[in-house]
Amino acid sequence: MELGYYPGCALHGTSNDYEDSVRACLDALGVGLKEVNDWICCGATAAHSINHKLSIALPARNLALAERDGFGEILAPCPMCSMELLKAAGLMKTDGALRQEMGRIVELPCEGRTTVLNLIQVFQKVGIENIKAAVKRPLEGLKAACYYGCLLTRPPETLRFDDCERPSSMEAVVAALGGATVEWNYKTECCGAGMTMANEDIVLDLSHKILTNAAAHGANCVVVACPMCHVNLDMKQADIERRYSVRHGMTIYYLSDLVGRALGLTDEALGINRHFVYGG
Amino acid sequence: MMAAAADELRVAECYQCGKCTAGCPVAARMDRMPNQIVRQVQMGDLEGAMASAAIWECVSCQTCTTRCPKSVDCAGVMDMLRALSAERPSPAQERHHTILFQHAFLKNIRRHGRLNELELVGTFKTAVFAKNLAVPFLFKDAMLAPKMAQRGKLKLAGGSVRDREVVGRIFDRCLRGTDS
Repeated sequence: MELGYYPGCALHGTSNDYEDSVRACLDALGVGLKEVNDWICCGATAAHSINHKLSIALPARNLALAERDGFGEILAPCPMCSMELLKAAGLMKTDGALRQEMGRIVELPCEGRTTVLNLIQVFQKVGIENIKAAVKRPLEGLKAACYYGCLLTRPPETLRFDDCERPSSMEAVVAALGGATVEWNYKTECCGAGMTMANEDIVLDLSHKILTNAAAHGANCVVVACPMCHVNLDMKQADIERRYSVRHGMTIYYLSDLVGRALGLTDEALGINRHFVYGG
Repeated sequence: MMAAAADELRVAECYQCGKCTAGCPVAARMDRMPNQIVRQVQMGDLEGAMASAAIWECVSCQTCTTRCPKSVDCAGVMDMLRALSAERPSPAQERHHTILFQHAFLKNIRRHGRLNELELVGTFKTAVFAKNLAVPFLFKDAMLAPKMAQRGKLKLAGGSVRDREVVGRIFDRCLRGTDS
C-alpha cells in the first residue's frame, strides 16, 4: 500500500522521533509513504485564533498540492494537522463559493477530495488481524493507558472517527499486539496542546492530572498518537515532577512505537531511545 | 459582519446550562467562565468579552463545542473573539504571552512556509522581553536545549519550501480580506 504523507512541522522538528517511529513501523507493515510535494504549515492554533480565512487557506493549499500529486489518501500523523486538513476539505466539498475563492487565494484548484487519515486509521486499513498475525514479540507486561487527547476525535462532525467521549480504537491495536490496557478517566482530556511555550502553567497542570490518573488506574505507560501530547507528557514530565514535587516516571509511547516493537523493530529504529523518559 | 459570525456559531441558541464550563479543562483558572463569555456575545457585548483574559487561556480543545446540547460553537466563539482583538490590539492585550506567541508563529511560517522552531523560540522570547522586561523568562528552558540537542531534537533550520513566495501571497490575501 502507498499513501501520500503530510508530516507537518512538528514531525520535521522537535517530534522527529515520531516521524522515525511512523516511517519504520509502516515500512515494516508494507505501507509506503510519499511526501506531499512542497507542503506548507497547516497554520495550527495560531491561524484559527487570529485569522479565520488563513486557517482555511493554509490547509487548502496542502490539499490542493496533494490533489496535484494525485494522492487519493494522505496520512497526517499530527492530529492538529489532520483536523485542519479535514475541516478545510469539508468546506471545499460543501461550499462552492468558498472553493472558488480558495482556488484564487492558494493559486491552485482545491476540490477537497483527498481522504485524510490519522495514524490509527492507517493501522485499521492495514487490518488489525493482519497486524496481530505479524507480531513477533508480544507486548507482555504492558499496561497501557491509551490517551486520545482532543483532536483525534473532536469536533466529531469534522473528524468522524471513533467515539468522542469513549474512544477505543487504540485499545484494539494494543490488544492485537498482546498488550493490556487500563480503563481510566482522562482519555479525552486536553494536555494543554500548543500552549507549551506561551502558557506553560496550563500545560503542567493539565498534563500532571493526566499522568496522575493514568498511574492511579494501574497503567505503566501512556500511549499517544499526537506530537503535542508527547511533548507535554514526555519532554515536560521533569518540569511537572519539579512543579508538583512528585515522581511520575511514566514512559510515553507513540502508538507506532508499540506496533514497531511488537513487529521486532529496535528502540533505536523507532526513536524510542530519544524520548526524555526512557527506561529501555 | 460580527452578527453574521455570531449567527453561524449559533450563539443565540445558548440557554445557559453551563455544560461548556463544566467540561472546560481551564475554566478553574479563567477570569470569566465560557458560558458567561457566550452570554456576553449573545447580549452584543463584544468589547466586554474581548477584554477577558479567558479567551487567551482557552486551549481550543473543542470539548465545549462537542458537548453543547444546543450545538453552540463555543470554541468558535473564542476564536472569533481572539481574531477580533487581534485586529484591534490594545497595549494590555499585546502583553499577553499567547498573542505574542501566535503572532510570532504566523510570522515564522509566513517567512519559511514551515515552522522554524529555533527561530520561533528566539522571536517569541524577544517579543515577551520587549513587553515585560522579564529576564527569567528569557532564560527559562535554556537548560532544555542541550537535552534536546542530545536527542537530535534541535534543528538549526527547518525544512525548506521551494515556493515560499506563494505563502506570503496567501497571507496577504487572507489578511487583507480580499482574494485579488
